[in-house]
Amino acid sequence: MSITRDEVAHLARLSRLALSEDEIDHFAGQLDVIVAAVARVQEVTADEIPPTTHAVPRVNVFREDRLLPCLPAGLALSQAPAAEQSRFRVPRILGED
Amino acid sequence: MSSELTRLTAAELGAILADRTISAVEVTRAHLDRIAATDSRVHAFLHVAGESALAAAAAVDASRAAGDPLGPLAGVPLALKDVFVTADMPTTCGSRILEGWQPPYDATVTARLRRAGVVLLGKANMDEFAMGSSTENSAFGPSRNPWDLSRVPGGSSGGSAAAVTAYQAPLAMGTDTGGSIRQPAAVCGIVGVKPTYGGSSRYGLVAFASSLDTPGPLARTVLDAALLHEAISGHDPCDSTSVDAPVPPVVAAARQADVAGLRVGVVTELGGEGYQPGVLARFGQAVELLESLGAKVVEVSCPHFRYALPAYYLIAPSEASSNLARFDGMRYGLRAGDDGTRSADEVMSLTREAGFGAEVKRRIMLGTYALSSGYYDAYYGKAQQVRTLIIRDFDAAFEQADVLVSPTTPTTAFPIGERADDPMAMYLADLCTIPSDLAGNAALSVPCGLAPEDGLPVGLQIMAPVLADDRLYRVGAAVEAALQQHWGGPLLAQSSGIAALDEAAGRQQGGRCGTA
Amino acid sequence: MTEPATLVAYDDAVARYEPVIGLETHVELGTTAKMFCGCPTRFGAEPNSAVCPVCLGLPGSLPVTNVAAIEYTIRIGLALNCGIASWCRFARKNYFYPDMPKDYQISQYDEPLCTDGWLDVSVGDQHVRVGIERVHLEEDTGKSLHVGGATGRIHGADYSLFDYNRAGIPLVEVVTKPVPGTGALAPEVARAYVTELRDVLRTLGVSDVRMEEGSLRCDVNVSIAPAGSSAWGTRTETKNVNSLRSVERAVRFEIQRQAAVLDAGQKVVQETRHLHEDTGTTTSGRSKEEAQDYRYFPEPDLLPVAPSPDWVEELRAALPELPAARRARLQAEWELPDLDMAALRHAGAIDLVEQTVAAGAAPADARKWWLGELLRRANESGVELAALPVTPAQVARVAELVATGALNDKLARQALDGMLAGEGDPDQVVAARSLAVVSDDGELLSAVDAAIAANPDVVAKIRSGKTAAAGVLVGAVMKATRGQADATRARELIMERLG
Repeated sequence: MSITRDEVAHLARLSRLALSEDEIDHFAGQLDVIVAAVARVQEVTADEIPPTTHAVPRVNVFREDRLLPCLPAGLALSQAPAAEQSRFRVPRILGED
Repeated sequence: MSSELTRLTAAELGAILADRTISAVEVTRAHLDRIAATDSRVHAFLHVAGESALAAAAAVDASRAAGDPLGPLAGVPLALKDVFVTADMPTTCGSRILEGWQPPYDATVTARLRRAGVVLLGKANMDEFAMGSSTENSAFGPSRNPWDLSRVPGGSSGGSAAAVTAYQAPLAMGTDTGGSIRQPAAVCGIVGVKPTYGGSSRYGLVAFASSLDTPGPLARTVLDAALLHEAISGHDPCDSTSVDAPVPPVVAAARQADVAGLRVGVVTELGGEGYQPGVLARFGQAVELLESLGAKVVEVSCPHFRYALPAYYLIAPSEASSNLARFDGMRYGLRAGDDGTRSADEVMSLTREAGFGAEVKRRIMLGTYALSSGYYDAYYGKAQQVRTLIIRDFDAAFEQADVLVSPTTPTTAFPIGERADDPMAMYLADLCTIPSDLAGNAALSVPCGLAPEDGLPVGLQIMAPVLADDRLYRVGAAVEAALQQHWGGPLLAQSSGIAALDEAAGRQQGGRCGTA
Repeated sequence: MTEPATLVAYDDAVARYEPVIGLETHVELGTTAKMFCGCPTRFGAEPNSAVCPVCLGLPGSLPVTNVAAIEYTIRIGLALNCGIASWCRFARKNYFYPDMPKDYQISQYDEPLCTDGWLDVSVGDQHVRVGIERVHLEEDTGKSLHVGGATGRIHGADYSLFDYNRAGIPLVEVVTKPVPGTGALAPEVARAYVTELRDVLRTLGVSDVRMEEGSLRCDVNVSIAPAGSSAWGTRTETKNVNSLRSVERAVRFEIQRQAAVLDAGQKVVQETRHLHEDTGTTTSGRSKEEAQDYRYFPEPDLLPVAPSPDWVEELRAALPELPAARRARLQAEWELPDLDMAALRHAGAIDLVEQTVAAGAAPADARKWWLGELLRRANESGVELAALPVTPAQVARVAELVATGALNDKLARQALDGMLAGEGDPDQVVAARSLAVVSDDGELLSAVDAAIAANPDVVAKIRSGKTAAAGVLVGAVMKATRGQADATRARELIMERLG
């Protein structure tokens, strides 16, 4: 088995997906097959091979320290599911500051 | 007649617009009519922006009348994949989680199209967040292949491909991460191009896999694709990964259309078992055609290409799991389950559960897994090493050949529903296209015939080195010219499915010919 | 057990346990624009007004690195004697929290821009070289308001409100290596480190480093182990300690609390704690079920940063005189012994003395006034020296008046009274209050004669050779002239009179 049901349930929690028990079962079966397939990369010996993060081999791409126009007032909040006092209103947060 | 206008290529439309034979408003109206008459069957569009399109067309006409200098695509209509943000149209990315979201800004691609005078007809359907090869993962229903409405148009840029194929627009924008422009183009019998990574800006392109996503053109001809490629390309300071070099001379190359003396490499690993016989047959014939046109054909081996699919299905979901974390219901989009008693974490989880489809959830979990402490080296880390080896394979191959060729995808368009429950089977559609996404080099799909067993289109994939995008157009145009001569016209003319659409549309429009 | 009922007395705790401390400091950089976009780092009160698609993390947005932030970070690293990476990348730190618009923070992970430096600090005559593990660059988060709870904090709140004006401001994180061997001075060493770091940053001009405004934030790590043991204890992290005093108190409290836990035979829980500024105590934050896995991977939207050796050398050559070098230079110029210099430093008087000397005073005089009378006044009023309403230029003028004999010490103190009360410049106060040393011999002579007449036994002593007794007569003259006599002249006249 490449990945267990418990691991899938854990991944769902980590990625903030409130999956039902049935969904976890269903995805666990599929992910097991997929993980086994992608694990094929491990067949390649690549000890001295550097990983490629960027197909583009450039460095030092910067912007100058200058100002550009911000979003007009209210536009940032216009699509908010909930707003109050010009701020984004979100449900209570459990945990420390 | 308006139906004739929709039959023209972008280059042809550009010409008659330029000499003022026709107005942009007339052209736009013709295409809007075509959409109205056919989209209930094809479902290429998620949003049709009729009013703003006509306004944009009118502005082009006014500009033309005032004698302003305009580009070759001014007044030509286009379907924009719903993954590009538009300040005046909703942007859903094919997902419930962004249903109704109105972005406060334009993507760079969107802005460049507008500046070029291109008329945006609306937003095209797609697999949710560009994850898929059939457009069946759209939360708003699949698009259908105009060749056969019971089949997929490919994905994830399926709506874009269907729109062009159904003559709803001469041009469409798509994005290619694992093959999502080329594969739909192949199964729809049109042209699709993945430029060199970074060749056009990703600013405003809702990210799926940041190191792979590439905006690109879909069109019915190679020249049209080149015109669109040129219009959207070039350095963008808002995108750190955008290429800071001149745009390759793609339009000139499309006009050059000649392969004499060019070395064409057939990639051994992209063929054989698992490929539909008709696909291999048409591919083989295309290779022979190239030879007859003066190209020198060689066989090249890219041994690590067999690891491209697993490497891709580690790298892309990993980046996606991070890119899609922002969809949490806190600042925009869907918020579910906020009944006043739940915590932010709970609301985030319920929102994402309700807002994301199955494929997106699978890839998010897969990506989270591959990046986890303890698994990173064996999965994500290893995949990035395989990526280096694939780049080296390409480098070696391009020493022996100026371009590489393969089938674009192993099969023709499959029936809607056939692979929906089998993720691995779905992933196999990307077998030939993925290597170029991993290496960042340019690749194009051009139609090379119909598979004898089912009469459905087959695509020839041409690959060129990084920043040598022009070679794609040179070879693609040569193949297209020779084949169209052989067929006596464009491949789409052989489609009974499109003919049936025309007929139904004609009945619907009730012989409403002519223009205002 | 994380909250023992009673703490161990501090002296007892450090007698039996050895503390190890570490500090992580976040610095908001004072660049013009944010880390990855063109929004301003300085803005008004209106929430969500200094935002754009990039710092809001809207779908499709992309970051572009602000070159000034890189420059400032390299300069900080150089000032802290770090090595500068020749090639490094940003990384994504992935976790869900509403103050981060993208639900990941662009930061640096295993490739920080600067590594392996040090900063020397002193507490009294104890000198400690605090090792710097790393200096890296990241983006700041938005700010939250918690509504509905009793204290405005998270616990018990009904909902929260977020303002993303601060999101995307460049943030430099300076992480020390663990600092063992400080013993009972651990709290002071921690405070001294933050103070010195703050001064370095201020000198570099990279941040306004106002702890009370949040542009300098500290997390304090503390562990203890039984004296003489070779292994270190489990450490706790106290977050968002926002004043120098609180840094000291947090270390002190944690030592006492952890000692109580260990004395009770329990283990110290590795956890994040919260400091209560009002009581100087820490309490446990919500305990995490497991250590956070941030799933770091190199940021694909940004390209690597590879500062050229030429650029680094240019920046190194252009570094200003750092606080330690400046203190050494001033101490030599002022010819002060170590203890005096340390006293000046402790009182926060070095800048003031420097400016007073620049305004013309002798170093010894400047030191005398600031560390003497003015420090006393500051302590009385409960303010910092620099907050007194008297300028170095004014103090220099007072010192000059005393040096020329126009004022004596007592009169000078009266002049300072006037200046502190807002009566104006030294010359104005002197004129208004008629502060003048009586140097008119006539007036002095009558006071001298009166004193001689009133103290015959003292006169006899003087005449018999005990000239020191003249001081009594000088005192009488001073009293008679309400302190305005020139004491030296008075003495001269007395001796003349008595032959």
